[in-house]
Amino acid sequence: MSTTGNDRRALPWALVTPALGWTLAFFVLPFIAMGLSSLTAHEGGGFGLSNYSQFFTNPSYWQAMVNSLQVTAIVTVVSVLLAYPFAWILAEQVPERWQRLALMLAVLPFWTSYVVRSYSWLLVLAQNGVINRALTGSGLISEPLQLANTRLATVTGFVHFFVMLLTLTIFANLKQLSPSYRKAAADLGAGPVRTFLHVVLPLTLPGIMVGAFLTFVLCIGDYITPQILGGNNELLMPQLVMMQIGRRGDFPLASALSIILMAVVTVAYLACARWLKIERT
Amino acid sequence: MTSNIRNPLSTLKSNLAAARAAAALLIAAGGAQAADLNALIWCDHSDPALLQPFEQANNIKVNVKEFEGTGAGLAIVEQSQPGDWDVMVIDSIDVPRGVEKGLFEPLPEDKLPFADLFPEVKMDKSTIVDGKRYGITEKFGYNTIGFNKTKVDPADMQSLASLTSDKYKGKVAIYDYYLPVIGMAALAIGKKTADLTEAELPALKAELLKMKANAKLVGEVTASQTALATGEVDILVGGGEWVTAGLAKENPALDFSIPREGAVLWSQSLAMFKDSKNKDMALKFIQYILSPEGQARLATSSCYWGMPSNTKAALTDDQKKVLRFDEQPGFLARAQAYPAPNADLDKKMQDMWTEMLQAK
Repeated sequence: MSTTGNDRRALPWALVTPALGWTLAFFVLPFIAMGLSSLTAHEGGGFGLSNYSQFFTNPSYWQAMVNSLQVTAIVTVVSVLLAYPFAWILAEQVPERWQRLALMLAVLPFWTSYVVRSYSWLLVLAQNGVINRALTGSGLISEPLQLANTRLATVTGFVHFFVMLLTLTIFANLKQLSPSYRKAAADLGAGPVRTFLHVVLPLTLPGIMVGAFLTFVLCIGDYITPQILGGNNELLMPQLVMMQIGRRGDFPLASALSIILMAVVTVAYLACARWLKIERT
Repeated sequence: MTSNIRNPLSTLKSNLAAARAAAALLIAAGGAQAADLNALIWCDHSDPALLQPFEQANNIKVNVKEFEGTGAGLAIVEQSQPGDWDVMVIDSIDVPRGVEKGLFEPLPEDKLPFADLFPEVKMDKSTIVDGKRYGITEKFGYNTIGFNKTKVDPADMQSLASLTSDKYKGKVAIYDYYLPVIGMAALAIGKKTADLTEAELPALKAELLKMKANAKLVGEVTASQTALATGEVDILVGGGEWVTAGLAKENPALDFSIPREGAVLWSQSLAMFKDSKNKDMALKFIQYILSPEGQARLATSSCYWGMPSNTKAALTDDQKKVLRFDEQPGFLARAQAYPAPNADLDKKMQDMWTEMLQAK
């Protein structure tokens, strides 16, 4: 029995239907619902932009966005700076037969729970934690430093996680890079530094940008890490969103804040799109 | 192309049919569980030591779902079908919110041990609406000063002024819940928690900012409890028996005080849903929780300890000592009500709290 023409035309649709259905059910429809919710008033009903105007007129809310952008920018830059040499060592210096094991060891912390990892950092950074004990024990400081419950703690927790992610994307990019590029650069008289700056780095920029964009998106939307490690000494946007829900159940305002956060992520995507689409020839 | 291989469209159709059948099975299984008791709870009710005796005695399964904050709890109810839930644990001051939404069933006072409750925690102002009682207080305690008595001078902990003194700068954590801590700020500036209006907000904000300036962190339940237990801080603003009692065995140095200015009384109630399909069992559950045995188990739940509202709770002498059971009449006399602002003031208080958190 041969397949009919109708079946052939229907086949691609049948194959993408689950993905489309999933996206429709779990992204498009909830997003529309969230958009509509953001336009309603929590008390008394009615439609309007009051939830959005609260964000722009309340300095504490605005500050949460500033804090989120600052923390995310620091985390992204520090993670890239740490991950690139790490990925380069793995790709270039570790013998081929050990690379898989080295990569597995590098991403080992991924295997532990996110919450457990954050609490573990809290124990490391606490007043009686490993770092303070080592510093006071060695006589370098007399009083413990306040490391936990600070922005530094939040950034540390994030960087630990995202260095692994960025290492993977940059490593993959470095491995795809043909050795002939470097040989050609050397033939043309370029030294190692110049070859790196003018050949390797530009060609691995897609890997960096993909990793950096993922870091930005995951970091700016994360609630757990700042909640556990930041000690609420400053609020980031996800914490502000959650705060609206807990007791008061102000879902309209929480929706508006979430959409504003999403708009920022969209702007970040548009800013990175050039590199995210780049194709090496 | 010939096909003794099935084409993908046919495969998809047969898989969809299989999925429909599986869904029908799941729905049927769900129906079979209709006789279970479905409870929206706080974490102290999920302790098997509390639930199992009731389940075994009544040959029933209690399905629980934890939530944090009345808003989140009511949102779960709104997203459910009428009759999905039988009972709910709720802040006593928020019982009217559920009643306004038409969710709760009046409770039969004659079938519940109201006469045995501490009179101060009956919370009639919140639990009675239009002459009908919709909630019964099951557990209570204080948002006050929790501290490590080996690290601070216990005499200092008899005054809320210590929370903002330089002596304890950097040694303080603040419990991250705006209503009770705003209540404590009110007590510190000599205001009654029941009389708070918008006019008091500037003075309250100034007091909160002074507390924040002394604090190392502002943490939710686990974070603040951990900070006190591990020595990260020595004082917890808003702490009380709910923080210290459960840790008494491991860390007997933790204690709480009811300062001269007073403390904020928290209380949680049980309510029954109007649309419950299992009201008899829901009432039995409430009766069990309010019974002397149920009260003892709830008071010493693994999640957090708290005072049982029933004076006849079957606590051991050691448990009573840890909860300072015999001192309750004195504590209750000095405690003030949990702030119960209207929706507008509530929003302003939360925004003030946000400002405090953002302050450097």
